[in-house]
Amino acid sequence: MAILRFIVFRAALGVLTLFAVSLLLFLGTQLLPGDVASALLGQSATPEALAVLRAKLGLNDPAYLRYLHWLFGVLHGNLGTSLTTGTPIASVLLPRLANTLFLAGYAAIIAVPLAVGLGILSAIREGGILDRTASILSLATISFPEFFVSYILIVIFASGFGWLPSLATVYDGMGFWSRLDATTLPAITLTLVVVAHMLRMTRTSTLAVMSSPYIETAFLKGMSRTRVVLGHALPNALGPIINVVAINLAYLVVGVVVVEVVFVYPGVGQFMVDAVSKRDLPTVQACGLIFATVFIGLNTLADILAALANPRLRSGLRQ
Amino acid sequence: MTIAGRRVPFTACIGGVIVLLTVVMILFAPWIAPYQQTKIVGGVWDPPNAHTWLGTDSIGRDMLSRLIYGGRTSVSIALIATFFTMVIGVGLGFLAASTNKVVDNILSRIVDILLAMPILIFGLMVFAVLGTSIPIMIATISILESTRVFRLARAVAMSITVMDYVQVARLRGEGVGWIILREVLPNAVPPLVAEFGLRFCFTFLFIASLSFLGLGIQPPAADWGSMVHDNAQAISFGGYAPLYPAAAIAIVTIGVNLIVDWLLSIHAMPAGASAGAEV
Repeated sequence: MAILRFIVFRAALGVLTLFAVSLLLFLGTQLLPGDVASALLGQSATPEALAVLRAKLGLNDPAYLRYLHWLFGVLHGNLGTSLTTGTPIASVLLPRLANTLFLAGYAAIIAVPLAVGLGILSAIREGGILDRTASILSLATISFPEFFVSYILIVIFASGFGWLPSLATVYDGMGFWSRLDATTLPAITLTLVVVAHMLRMTRTSTLAVMSSPYIETAFLKGMSRTRVVLGHALPNALGPIINVVAINLAYLVVGVVVVEVVFVYPGVGQFMVDAVSKRDLPTVQACGLIFATVFIGLNTLADILAALANPRLRSGLRQ
Repeated sequence: MTIAGRRVPFTACIGGVIVLLTVVMILFAPWIAPYQQTKIVGGVWDPPNAHTWLGTDSIGRDMLSRLIYGGRTSVSIALIATFFTMVIGVGLGFLAASTNKVVDNILSRIVDILLAMPILIFGLMVFAVLGTSIPIMIATISILESTRVFRLARAVAMSITVMDYVQVARLRGEGVGWIILREVLPNAVPPLVAEFGLRFCFTFLFIASLSFLGLGIQPPAADWGSMVHDNAQAISFGGYAPLYPAAAIAIVTIGVNLIVDWLLSIHAMPAGASAGAEV
């Protein structure tokens, strides 16, 4: 039952963190010199117009009431109203969230098997060609800004060979395959951005287990390196690997911001950057909360899955 | 090549050369650049030719000269932001490790909350509220990123404050200031130098991304991130204009990373330090 207690505890911690972050996102808007009403109407606003707008936006309430009001709305799917367009944010944001998750999911489906597979392979042949190539590539992907990777790919595959479109244009009612075609370049960019880190961590976790005594025993029994790695080392390295995969998935959802802007892809990231330059606070707040939810959710999931993969935790915390 | 009796690996030499060239380029920009950074010398997005070696930008300015001057802005702002990041992070980290449990707990919980969110998302939030300007950007990045340094500095200081000589200093009646500055700091320098390099890489890339998004450094100051932003359209016309500043960002980052890798391999870092992808 220890494992159940751990899961409940970790999930509660995740929810608590999310609350703290939502409070921070709300307090952030309170830093504004003046308030939303004066920001909205500009300097030439008459006091009467300001008063009317303040009453309409509920700005006369104390801050804690406004926070609770906002939080209550969010929990009921009401993310507020955009300052620039006056439309409910949720109706614009949700289709974009679907687009972002589609792109991140597409990238994840390529990146995770690739990274874990290559990571295990380079652990099996430590110091081999694959291992050394992977370590150079990981330096490159850590050092290259996302937009650089994007532009290189565009120059090669869109301008050069003309295989793929350079803009990821998607619209409602678009077929699945044409959508896949449009999002392939951004998905490959995202894959390249996360794959090296995942690969290195998979390799390190596997190699860390390789120095334990039971691995030595397995070798002394005369087993091949491949069998030792796959049969003995990997099951024990699974916890850390799952953890690193989930953390990188969380990174995907955030790394998506720059990539979406490069490819003019209608996702949450591009929406948020747009709202920031227009200083549309409720929209930025809503986007921030969406990102925070996905990010904290995946991190919580990472810890829970890693615990589930750990036999010592699964069978009840004997240590 | 050897420094202080140690053989310097080939990769670190490459990193050193890159960093050295960058520093020379930045210091002597007016003498190296063929043209004024604001002077219009050709058409829009001219391809590379004998007069303008890397072609021209979106309004006909010399790309190479803009690159050389732009390095000044990009590198110096990243350096300033990294400096403040380290001062805040190391200062609070040492404070948490050298004072009592209450201070440590308060600081650590605040850092936990800030770490629960990607820096980019918090940063965008702040810019939406306060607008974009260089001082606001530097302040935001320093505060948000210092949380990452805090973890390392605290871990390093924790391993030092349990040493006998720190206990002796405490019994002697020295204050927290003395402990931090005279006992902990001198012994924590090596891992912090490597951390400075890592933080620089991250800050440098982060500011470039912000500028690329049109939210970082604003015109007229030329910087590499906004040069990518301004010339992004050239890609649709088959040009390579945004690739040059983007490559410059990548090369400088690789150079610093290569040196950091070498520093990390000399001084085994305590747990909590990582050169990996940062969120």
